[in-house]
Amino acid sequence: MILIPGRSSKQGTSLNAGKLKEEYQTVTSTIEMNESTMRKLGLSAGDRVRLSCATGKVEVECGKPRKDEDLPDGMIFIPYGPSSSELMESDTAGSGMPMSKQMVVDVECLGAN
Amino acid sequence: MSETKTPEAEKDEPNIRIVEDATCTFCGCVCDDMELTVDLDANRITKAKNACVLGRAWFLQHGIEDHPQAMIEGREVPLEEAMDEAARILHEAKFPITYGLSDSPCEAQRVAVAINDLVRGNIDTTTSVCHGPSGIAFQGVGESTSTLGEVKNRADLVIYWGGNPAESHPRHFTRYTVTPKGRYIPNGKKDRYVVLIDVRKTPSAPVADQLIRVKPGRDFELLWALRALVRGRDIDPDIEEITGVSREVLDELVERMKNCNFGVLFFGMGLTMTRGRHFNSGALLALATDLNKHTHFVAKPVRGHGNVTGADNVVSWQTGYPFGVNFHRGYPRFNPGEYTTVDLLARGDADAALMIATDPASNFPKHAIEHLKKIPVISLDAKPTYTSRQARVAFMVATYGINTGGTVYRMDDVPITLRPAFDSPFPTDEEVLTGIHTRLKKLRANGRKKAA
Repeated sequence: MILIPGRSSKQGTSLNAGKLKEEYQTVTSTIEMNESTMRKLGLSAGDRVRLSCATGKVEVECGKPRKDEDLPDGMIFIPYGPSSSELMESDTAGSGMPMSKQMVVDVECLGAN
Repeated sequence: MSETKTPEAEKDEPNIRIVEDATCTFCGCVCDDMELTVDLDANRITKAKNACVLGRAWFLQHGIEDHPQAMIEGREVPLEEAMDEAARILHEAKFPITYGLSDSPCEAQRVAVAINDLVRGNIDTTTSVCHGPSGIAFQGVGESTSTLGEVKNRADLVIYWGGNPAESHPRHFTRYTVTPKGRYIPNGKKDRYVVLIDVRKTPSAPVADQLIRVKPGRDFELLWALRALVRGRDIDPDIEEITGVSREVLDELVERMKNCNFGVLFFGMGLTMTRGRHFNSGALLALATDLNKHTHFVAKPVRGHGNVTGADNVVSWQTGYPFGVNFHRGYPRFNPGEYTTVDLLARGDADAALMIATDPASNFPKHAIEHLKKIPVISLDAKPTYTSRQARVAFMVATYGINTGGTVYRMDDVPITLRPAFDSPFPTDEEVLTGIHTRLKKLRANGRKKAA
């Protein structure tokens, strides 16, 4: 699946409260997928999920499903933060910029929280 | 501009100051029309009129932290001792790096450049993991540009590509690009056509007249197809299969772009952080240039942090290059991929790091963070962060724009003066950096660092 880290309002407001606070850590470790993808993977909101790639792996929580028309099949959105960094490859292809979006990840359901 | 009601004047009222025309430095919009209500007894802002949801959080959450001014290895120390230690670390390092700067005023950024010039260090800003690829593209293909004021007054076609301002820059729409009435846009939104190009339907979509969904990783192909059509060339008949966008949609967009009076392409991380990086930005900048054969068209990166644009400007005017600058040979050299911080850390080149108003320990790639843990880090920040927690020397500094004055650059390179709301017991980052710079000059005078 393709992981797209990005900004969200909650990520921005919790950032101001403090990165070491619980809210920021919760926001940045909660993923979003569309309804069909979640159904296909047998996931419900609140389930724990392991995302992994060649660089690393991280456990996150599954957020509420997004409508199919809002988020394409096979795509995962996560607010930027320590969890997305854990999966980010450091090679910048000579640009200085790591591939911070469109990371290919495997998804493993770990069951209910 | 500021007005204070003292308890002597009104005993039942708290000690309140109203700060008009204050500037929000949370994001690159740098909105300078804030009206802040400050509780001077509690040293906090209680109301931020005109602020967006992010701006409100910025102002209301930045009070005075219950935290020491300076720490060495987690132990509280006097400020002077911490500056001595920071200077020693930078003086003794063979490959000291400085990174961050996008949440500091220009006056502090200037001192950071001077420090690196002195110690023959490497200075880079958060631009390298933001619009750094666009910075590379600017050098390659140029930039057709304007201020946001021109966009407000003239733009009748507004295209956002790979960005979600509703969540990252909430007032971009309402202050500059979509709803405000302008000199030649008397009816605001009614006189504009807004297009959003993205891989997903973001919260920005309701603002747009049209949402075009591109397949992930196919921005460059879509941009190149648009360039071809604008120039009257034919394109691959399988363009919809390749990009997810039909030929009909492309033809309609091209006609709209060629026939508008003033068009603008705003672009975000959806282009710079994905496959293609600077080629994506370059293709978009080239598209804007191509369109100037038909009408007036500009392209603007939507910049993230409050003074990331100032960092580009200050580092450029002092070294000739916008980010990723190395002074190792005694003169500035620029080479993204070599002198950019993610690369320097991931390769293990750096042996000391000065991190200014940034938190790479939370948002850098894992391998870069692992190296950061092995070297002495000096951090300056207004709040505890992952980076300050692991720093050898950690300074808690005043929040720029709330506790300090100075200058920041809006995302369209317009400098704006800051109007502080209340005093802080913490030093400014300019004061800390100046203290380190002064000490370094003495150390350098006493014995030049060994040439590598």
